[in-house]
Amino acid sequence: MRNDYPHDELLQSGHLACQGCGGTMTMRHCLKALGPDTICIIPACCWTIISGNFPYSALTVPVLHTAFETTAAAASGVRAALDMQGKPNTTVLGFAGDGGTFDIGLQSLSGAAERNEDIIYICYDNEAYMNTGIQRSSATPELAWTTTTPETRPKLGPKKNMIQILAAHKAPYCATANVAWPEDLIRKVKRAAGIRGTKFIHVLSPCPPGWKISSEMSIEIARLATHSKVFPIYEVINGEEYHINIAPKNVPVKDYLRAQGRFRHLSNEDIQHIQTRIDYEWKILLQREMTESFQKNMP
Amino acid sequence: MKKVLMGNHAASQAVKLARVKMIAAYPITPQTQIVEELSEMCGSGALDAKFLKVESEHSAMASCIAASATGVRAFTATSANGLALMHELLHWAAGARLPLVMVNVNRAMAPGWNIWCDQSDSLSQRDTGWLQFYVEDNQEVLDTVLMAYAIAEKVLLPVMVCYDAFFLSHTYEPVDIPAQQEVDKWLPEHKRDFILDTNNPKSLNALVMPDLYMEMRYKLEQAHQAAIPLVNETGASFYKAFGRRYHAVEAIHCEDAEVVLVTSSSTTSPARLVIEEMRNRGIKIGLVKIRMFRPFPVEDVCRILCGKKKAVVIDRNFSFGKGGIFADEIRGALCNETHRPLVYGYIAGLGGRDITPELVREIVEEACQTKHPPSLALWKGLIK
Repeated sequence: MRNDYPHDELLQSGHLACQGCGGTMTMRHCLKALGPDTICIIPACCWTIISGNFPYSALTVPVLHTAFETTAAAASGVRAALDMQGKPNTTVLGFAGDGGTFDIGLQSLSGAAERNEDIIYICYDNEAYMNTGIQRSSATPELAWTTTTPETRPKLGPKKNMIQILAAHKAPYCATANVAWPEDLIRKVKRAAGIRGTKFIHVLSPCPPGWKISSEMSIEIARLATHSKVFPIYEVINGEEYHINIAPKNVPVKDYLRAQGRFRHLSNEDIQHIQTRIDYEWKILLQREMTESFQKNMP
Repeated sequence: MKKVLMGNHAASQAVKLARVKMIAAYPITPQTQIVEELSEMCGSGALDAKFLKVESEHSAMASCIAASATGVRAFTATSANGLALMHELLHWAAGARLPLVMVNVNRAMAPGWNIWCDQSDSLSQRDTGWLQFYVEDNQEVLDTVLMAYAIAEKVLLPVMVCYDAFFLSHTYEPVDIPAQQEVDKWLPEHKRDFILDTNNPKSLNALVMPDLYMEMRYKLEQAHQAAIPLVNETGASFYKAFGRRYHAVEAIHCEDAEVVLVTSSSTTSPARLVIEEMRNRGIKIGLVKIRMFRPFPVEDVCRILCGKKKAVVIDRNFSFGKGGIFADEIRGALCNETHRPLVYGYIAGLGGRDITPELVREIVEEACQTKHPPSLALWKGLIK
């Protein structure tokens, strides 16, 4: 697998990310997968800062910075223009955080997915508004601390299931990925580039200051998220065909939660509650995967 | 070729003639027929363009900005609430220095729901950095959309072409449609270097620190000021090519006038009738039609109005807590002039109420008889 890892660096040094930033690793891997014939659309998010202030840019591909809620609409506009210019093979990459995807950008993303615009949309999910100082988004996990969900009143209700929303649009390709498995992420981005239509990849991207973890723990904790089934890694083809790509090691959710300061306040009952929900969601995912294999075996 | 067209179809014909490559739009009355006809043109192949049927006006403007940033001619159209929804992105279009063109059919803002004519929608976008034109008839709709691209692509600023709901949008008038090859000669394909291109990667709209932001704003203002002479130059070259002449400001019978009526958009048409009739009665009255609102043609306005006794402004719009917006701009333009006229600000025709020649005559006669204008706007035609 190591030999397949692309060596070109389209994200250069001099970027302004924090140490251990999952969103930065996500960008690095995505651009490695896509290569230089890519136009990147970035809304308001950490990456507005990370890419560098005018006149500098750490990205060696063209970038269009756009308003918070417009990633998918702007990507659609770039796609339309490229098609009119006879450049159908240039990849249009929307690259937005969880706030810009799950919350404020959901409408334009839904519009683009429904029109099946030929774009790749990558959500680097750090599970809160990290750039503005750790406020809850609808991607924030249940009972997590943020600056707007203090320990005395942590975030209620589970994280919004974005893949299900995109799958419901019958987008040709949806996937989750995790920076802890770069080879899986790169394979998915490359696969997406070969499919016409709207491709959505949801990448778990830890944020050391926001998750209250030390920066060298970023990858280890991201890995725990998948091994504890908190963040399963799978693909959905045409909104119907499910494939789980990484087999979790059945780590208790407790091990994932206790490793992070943002869950420090949780009681054992809270953790049991979360464990129950995670087990339930995992069963549903398995059923979806099995349902598909049943259909495939139909005469 | 002469055809009888509604204002909205005059706009879509102009978009076709301009060989726009990308259209993104969302339906809103009374603009919808523009994009209906454009989708038919795109469907039949009469216009070689991509048409994105987006899920909101906000996304329409976001996609147009992105397409324009990629280097193609883009267009959208909207009205009232749709324009208000775009507000944030209007700043983006101008700040990014993109030569976009948008038609806004002037419609009243809700509530209560009202689809009829009122200029408050686009005038409340006056500080976004867009050039704004207010046009009088359907021929001017077509011609101004064409000129809008020529101007936008020279100064790299977006242009909004505004015209009155129903009075123009749905009213049929004879319109001369220029031949495609004539338009191609006059409005060649636009090329510029600063676009999204993987062969020459650039980062557009990146974070700007306080050490450079102000300079960028200053350059945007310089572009606005450069647009003032350019509008008249473009009008002159358009006249050479197509035989119809347009200025930023049109002055009618102003040389010997003591009182000057000031109008915009379709209100100018009844005003033309009234001043002809009053001049026939020996009254020394003139008319100024303000066609370009942003940048505001301060010098033209001062040159025409200074030395007159009274300027009587009819506004089909209102800025709450202040007054009619054209009247206010004119007062601001004149304030340092020694021989400035008294400025009478009248509000009429909000939410689609008719501005008839009788009402215009009543306004002018009242202003002529009133020694000094009140500081507050005068509302005409209110139910007593």
